[in-house]
Amino acid sequence: MPSLPAASGNPEPATRPMPRSPRDLFFSFTWLALQGFGGVLAVVQRELVEKKRWMTREEFVEDWAVAQIMPGPNVINLSIMIGHRYFGLRGAASALAGMLTLPLLVVLALALVYAQFAGNPQVAGALRGMGAVAAGLIAATGFRLFSALARNALSLPTCIALGALTFVGIALLRWPLVWVLLGLGSAACVLAYRKLGPR
Amino acid sequence: MTISMSGADWLALFLHYVSLSLLAVGGAITTAPDMHRYLVDNRGWLSDAQFNASIAIAQAAPGPNVLFVALLGWNVGLNAAGLPTALLGMTLAMLGIMLPSTTLTYLAASWGHRNRELRAVRAFKQGMAPIVVALLVATGWILATGTHYDLARWPLWLVTGVTALVVWSTRIHLLWLLGAGAALGWSGLV
Repeated sequence: MPSLPAASGNPEPATRPMPRSPRDLFFSFTWLALQGFGGVLAVVQRELVEKKRWMTREEFVEDWAVAQIMPGPNVINLSIMIGHRYFGLRGAASALAGMLTLPLLVVLALALVYAQFAGNPQVAGALRGMGAVAAGLIAATGFRLFSALARNALSLPTCIALGALTFVGIALLRWPLVWVLLGLGSAACVLAYRKLGPR
Repeated sequence: MTISMSGADWLALFLHYVSLSLLAVGGAITTAPDMHRYLVDNRGWLSDAQFNASIAIAQAAPGPNVLFVALLGWNVGLNAAGLPTALLGMTLAMLGIMLPSTTLTYLAASWGHRNRELRAVRAFKQGMAPIVVALLVATGWILATGTHYDLARWPLWLVTGVTALVVWSTRIHLLWLLGAGAALGWSGLV
C-alpha cells in the first residue's frame, strides 16, 4: 500500500515532539518502567502525553484500546504500539527492551533480599500505602483521559453511558473482563461504525 | 526444595507458557491461577510459598507485573540445580509468555497503522475508547477496595481518593505521591 497522506482533518504540527531515536525510546521506557510501582500505565500516560507530548490524549487512548484488547501484558503491548508508531520494528523492540531489561534485574535483586524483609511490618505497611497510591494513580489516568472522548465519533452522552456501564460491570458487579470487552465493546464498535458512515 | 528437570520438562515449561500467552487477555496476572495449578499442584516444581513470594515481589517492584513470570521460571531453575538453570528457567518462561502475544500485538499494530483510514479500524478505536477509559477508573476502584469491602480500610481509600484528585488537578511528579504513600504506610498511619 502506498504511504497515505496525513490523516484527514488532523494535520500534524511540524514542531511536534517525538523520540529522537530507538535509543531514546529504550531509555525513556526504562525510566518509565522504573517509576512504575504498582503499575506502569499511569506513568506512561503522564510522561509521554502530558510532559514529553509525544502523543495526544486521543492517540494514547487509541493505542491503549488495542493494547487492552490484545492478549498479553497491557503495558508491554502499549510499549510495542508506541515504539512501532515512531520507528517500526526497531522502535517496538527498543521500547519493549527498555520496559523489561533493567526492571528484570531489579526484580531479581529484590528476590535475593526478599526473605529478610518479608515479615517486617513496616515494609508491609509501606507496600500497602504505595498500593493505595497506585490505585489512585490509575483512576486519575482514567479521569484525565475522559477529555479525549470529546471529539469521539460517538456522542458525549453515548460515551458517558458506555463508560458508566463498563464501570458498573467491572468495578461493582465484578463481571469478567472478557465479557465486558466482547459484549459492550462490540456494541460500541457497531455504534461507532454506523456513526462514521461510508466515505 | 530440590527437583530434577529433564530436557522434556524444560520444553514442557516453555510450552505451558506459550499456551498461556494468547489466553492472557487483561494481563498475564489473569493466568496466574493456571500457572499455580501447573507449577505447584501438577508438577510440584515450586512450593506454594515460592509461588506466592514471586508474585508479591514482582508487585512490590517497579516495572511491568509480568515479571512475576520471570521469577517463577527463575525459582523453578533454582530448585532444579542452581544459578545456570535459574537463568534457563527464567529465559524459557519469559520467552514463552512473551513471544506469541508480542508477535500478535506487533502484527496488529502494523496492520492497524497501514489500514488506519478503514471505516472498521476507525470504528474499533472510537468505539473502544469510552470503554477502556472507564476500565482504568474501574481498575483503580478494584485495586483500592480489594475483593470485598472492608470498612476498616477507610484510611487507605482516603489515600487513593486524595491521590486521584491530586493527580487529576496538578502536575506533581508521581514519585512524590508514591513516596508519601510509602511513608504513611511505614509509620503505620494507614
